[in-house]
Amino acid sequence: MIELRDVSIRIGDCQLNDISLKVETGQYAVLMGRTGLGKTTLLEAICGLRRVTRGRILVQDQDVTDWAPGDRMIGYVPQDLALFPSMTVAQHLGFALRFRKRSASEISTTVHQVAAELGIAHLLSRGVRNLSGGESQRVALGRAIAFQPTLLLLDEPLSALDEQTREAMHQVLRNIKERRQVTTIHVTHNSEEAAALADSYLNLDQCVPSHVSATKPKTFG
Amino acid sequence: MGGISASFVLLIVLLLAADVLFTSPSDFIEAIRKPEIRAAFWLTILTCSVASILSVFVATPLGYLLSRYDFPGRRLVDVLVDIPIVLPPLVLGLSLLILFHLPLGSNAWKLETWLRDDVGFPVTYRWPAVVLAQFSVACAFAVRTMRVTFDQISPRAEDVARTLGCTRGQAFMLVALPQAWRGIIAAGTIAWARALGEFGPILVFAGATRMRTEVLSTTVFLELSVGQLDAAVAVSLIMVLMAIIVLVLLRSLRLGLSS
Repeated sequence: MIELRDVSIRIGDCQLNDISLKVETGQYAVLMGRTGLGKTTLLEAICGLRRVTRGRILVQDQDVTDWAPGDRMIGYVPQDLALFPSMTVAQHLGFALRFRKRSASEISTTVHQVAAELGIAHLLSRGVRNLSGGESQRVALGRAIAFQPTLLLLDEPLSALDEQTREAMHQVLRNIKERRQVTTIHVTHNSEEAAALADSYLNLDQCVPSHVSATKPKTFG
Repeated sequence: MGGISASFVLLIVLLLAADVLFTSPSDFIEAIRKPEIRAAFWLTILTCSVASILSVFVATPLGYLLSRYDFPGRRLVDVLVDIPIVLPPLVLGLSLLILFHLPLGSNAWKLETWLRDDVGFPVTYRWPAVVLAQFSVACAFAVRTMRVTFDQISPRAEDVARTLGCTRGQAFMLVALPQAWRGIIAAGTIAWARALGEFGPILVFAGATRMRTEVLSTTVFLELSVGQLDAAVAVSLIMVLMAIIVLVLLRSLRLGLSS
């Protein structure tokens, strides 16, 4: 479960004000809203990469507002994927497990399980520079879910894919949802994508210049 | 535009050609047979290499900090790093000399005296002074190179690494640094080349004692000062050759690694 209580975040000259939302455990929520509203900023704040100026962030009823990003147990797939160019696919999938003091055999088992789940077992020894868009998406997704996070944040993960690959990725995401029951927030502009995946919808329309900050808090979810 | 560009390239070619035409193979061989010049050659290789390794070692984290973080005093640090680049070389040497010999406190404590008597590592007018003089300038260029390198690497991958459990330091070591190897090689090359050409600070801070603190740039000066123009030009050509060899070697290393 993820809950935001009156969260405000500063973004340059703008400010996201008093955002409150709640997604229940295992739910797949799609976050929509116009470009530039601050959806990415909100995800960054949830996973700890951006400070909130006010409010609290709760994951599984624990206040993680002041926690380091790595302690929040949140898997994050940014829009640009941000793969590690110097690492192989297997190293991506095992990356988070290395910092959770898992044994080498446990890491290896998990890496192969996740790779099989995402259909990238044949890519494990390859680098990531020459992967296709769909393959890169799967690697980024695998890296984010391998350590069994309690929350998964997907920032327009399918926006750069062609129609066919996107549909295949819809199936991958549905499979993850069914098998892992991980609470998910998925940012997208695509209403078909939202319809194909969402259990619930969030709509963000509150990024206003700070000098005309909204006076009435809005609640989503 | 081609003509303007060609004029600079032509100037460099003409300068090198003039040096080659001025000297003869016999002058060249005679110069490299001199024990003083041989000693200067090996000291140059050693000090340039140490200064360049130290520069990369310092410039990599500093370039990263300047590129990624907006810490208090960042602008001041940014300006300070550039000072050795714009400072007249003799002033830099003089500043180093003063730093090591400035009496401090009631008992007139001096850095050089402490290093010599307590640590057993005298610096001024010895080879460590050559390294420090070269490092002071070379490192500034290396920091600039590393900063540009990290500016060109998106911080997003490091951000994601942090969500996966890395500390900032681990994200730097495991994610940013492996992506920066081309910049590290470039910074090392630039630092080495700068150290090779350094003269003013070395002359003031390390002196020009033959067989002790004499590097090739000092040799050119010493040979000129005693009217040995042939030897000075021969040593200059040795320096040109060294610079070309280092640049070609490192460039081919970069190409080899990238292919």
